[in-house]
Amino acid sequence: MKYLYLILSNLKRKKMRTGLTFLSVLVAFVLFGYLTAIRQAFVAGVEVAGADRLIVRHKISIIQSLPQAYESRIEQIEGVDNAAHASWFGGIYQEPRNFFAQLPMVPEELFDMFPEYLISDEHKKAFLETRSGAIAGRGVAERFGWKVGDRIPIQATVWSKKDGGRTWEFDLVGIYDGEQKGTDTSQFFFRYDFFDESRAFGQGRVGWYTVRVSEPERAAEIAAAIDAAFANSPAETKAEPEGAFIQGFANQVGNIGFIIMSIMTAVFFTILLVTGNTMAYTVRERTAELAVLKALGFTDRGVLGLVLGESLVLTAVGGTIGMVLAWMLVSLGDPTRGSFPVFYIPIRDLLVASLLMVAMALIAGIIPARQAQKLQIADALRR
Amino acid sequence: MMQTTVDEALVKVSGVDKIFKRGSEVIHVLGGLDLEIPTGEFLALMGPSGSGKSTLLNLVGGLDRPSEGSVEVGGHRIDRLPGRKLAAWRARHVGLVFQFYNLMPVLTAQKNVELPLLLTSLSRAERKKRAALALDIVGLTHRAGHYPRQLSGGEQQRTGIARAIVTDPTLLLCDEPTGDLDRKAGDEVLELLQALNREQGKTIIMVTHDQHAAERASRTLYLNKGQLSTEPVD
Repeated sequence: MKYLYLILSNLKRKKMRTGLTFLSVLVAFVLFGYLTAIRQAFVAGVEVAGADRLIVRHKISIIQSLPQAYESRIEQIEGVDNAAHASWFGGIYQEPRNFFAQLPMVPEELFDMFPEYLISDEHKKAFLETRSGAIAGRGVAERFGWKVGDRIPIQATVWSKKDGGRTWEFDLVGIYDGEQKGTDTSQFFFRYDFFDESRAFGQGRVGWYTVRVSEPERAAEIAAAIDAAFANSPAETKAEPEGAFIQGFANQVGNIGFIIMSIMTAVFFTILLVTGNTMAYTVRERTAELAVLKALGFTDRGVLGLVLGESLVLTAVGGTIGMVLAWMLVSLGDPTRGSFPVFYIPIRDLLVASLLMVAMALIAGIIPARQAQKLQIADALRR
Repeated sequence: MMQTTVDEALVKVSGVDKIFKRGSEVIHVLGGLDLEIPTGEFLALMGPSGSGKSTLLNLVGGLDRPSEGSVEVGGHRIDRLPGRKLAAWRARHVGLVFQFYNLMPVLTAQKNVELPLLLTSLSRAERKKRAALALDIVGLTHRAGHYPRQLSGGEQQRTGIARAIVTDPTLLLCDEPTGDLDRKAGDEVLELLQALNREQGKTIIMVTHDQHAAERASRTLYLNKGQLSTEPVD
């Protein structure tokens, strides 16, 4: 710690240059933090996906529906514990940009299949007892300011009602929370029986099945058995682990992880050059001073440590403030106003950021630091 | 060639050669040089540019190593010390005063003087106290909070001297300490060095071009073409 004053004083030598380098590092880490949150929004579902759950959909596309009667046949397949069906409603709340998922499901199946959705007994009971009832995730409820007891009108884009109307009205009877930070709380569930009886067409059809298997390690084998059971039928199936299904959804946008990694690599490479340039100049300008430090008794390693210390302070302070700013920006909320089921910087990526700061400091500072370390006192003082 | 020997030498340079290589060119700066300096002496080293004065000073101060021969200070063969131990030895036993002061521009006079103390185990308060005492000795207490750019040349050199004496070193090595100063400031610095030699018993080796400065020393030696003599060589 006693050398910190010396390190900070040296950084103050060229305030403009240090300031610009510091800002470059800061901006890079703001970008890193924000993009990390976006990447997390795409992969969170995969990370929290149940290892013991499969998704069974129509072999051609998820847009194609499956018979509701498949449920009992799926549950008879060896290794399957139970199944729950869901369908895509795709309605609009107030305006098209207010996107969120609305899914008709059987309440008992919903609570049984997704224990990570935490809901009070009171709300659960109300949902079981109210045919027009619906429950919403905490995220979507807070987004639109909904509270229990509200009547939520949703404009159908596909599922018109038998009376020709397109406005479906649901009574919000409960709000669920997520068990984990990555649990999706942007969804809206309503009762399948109410939906199936009221819709103008498509009775007895569902969008997909979520299937719980008793032995997750046999998931691939059970998925194959399910697909085999419906082979050569009018509605063949494709069964896959829940994580792979969600990943497939995310991949429709593109390989988000790769895109973000490419951007960050370019940004950090540029910042590395900027920081490395600053450190190289810092050492070159101070050849005589570094020689004097050695003459006073500082060891070669001590001088190496001082230069690397300057590099580390530059990246650590810039990077930390950058990550704090990114955290604040992410805290302002989902920039898509609801398209992301979650939006936060995972703790794991904060650790990655810390490692990046240290790595940047070492890579940018090691060459000038080694030059300082090797400096011959008499030669340097003669220059 | 003369032999400069004394009883109970603090510094003993024996048969020292120093060769520099510049590309294919080999330059013999010092050749078979012997020198002994007793404790408490104020020695002036004079000679023309390129005669090897600063090189000899660097060898005695452990800033460079001889190509041949030995350098002994206080009974230690410093030319044989490995880098890390040599650095520790310098920190403990050598105070350096440079022609162009070589102060850290980003540190105040007080912090510049404290710099060598960072290498000790002294507490922050003790470092501050000792730096204040060193600045008091050179008469710069009132300038402790000033940066080098706010000090005159003479004040900067006195700060340099305070930095050199703050660890209470055995040897004070001064390379043209008045070379960048006017006569008045130079005299003040020389008086200070004389006082340190006389009152605190510091052993001082001063390289200078200035006969007037050399007269302040208790002995003057002349270096020419890598050889020492007691008389100037034309």
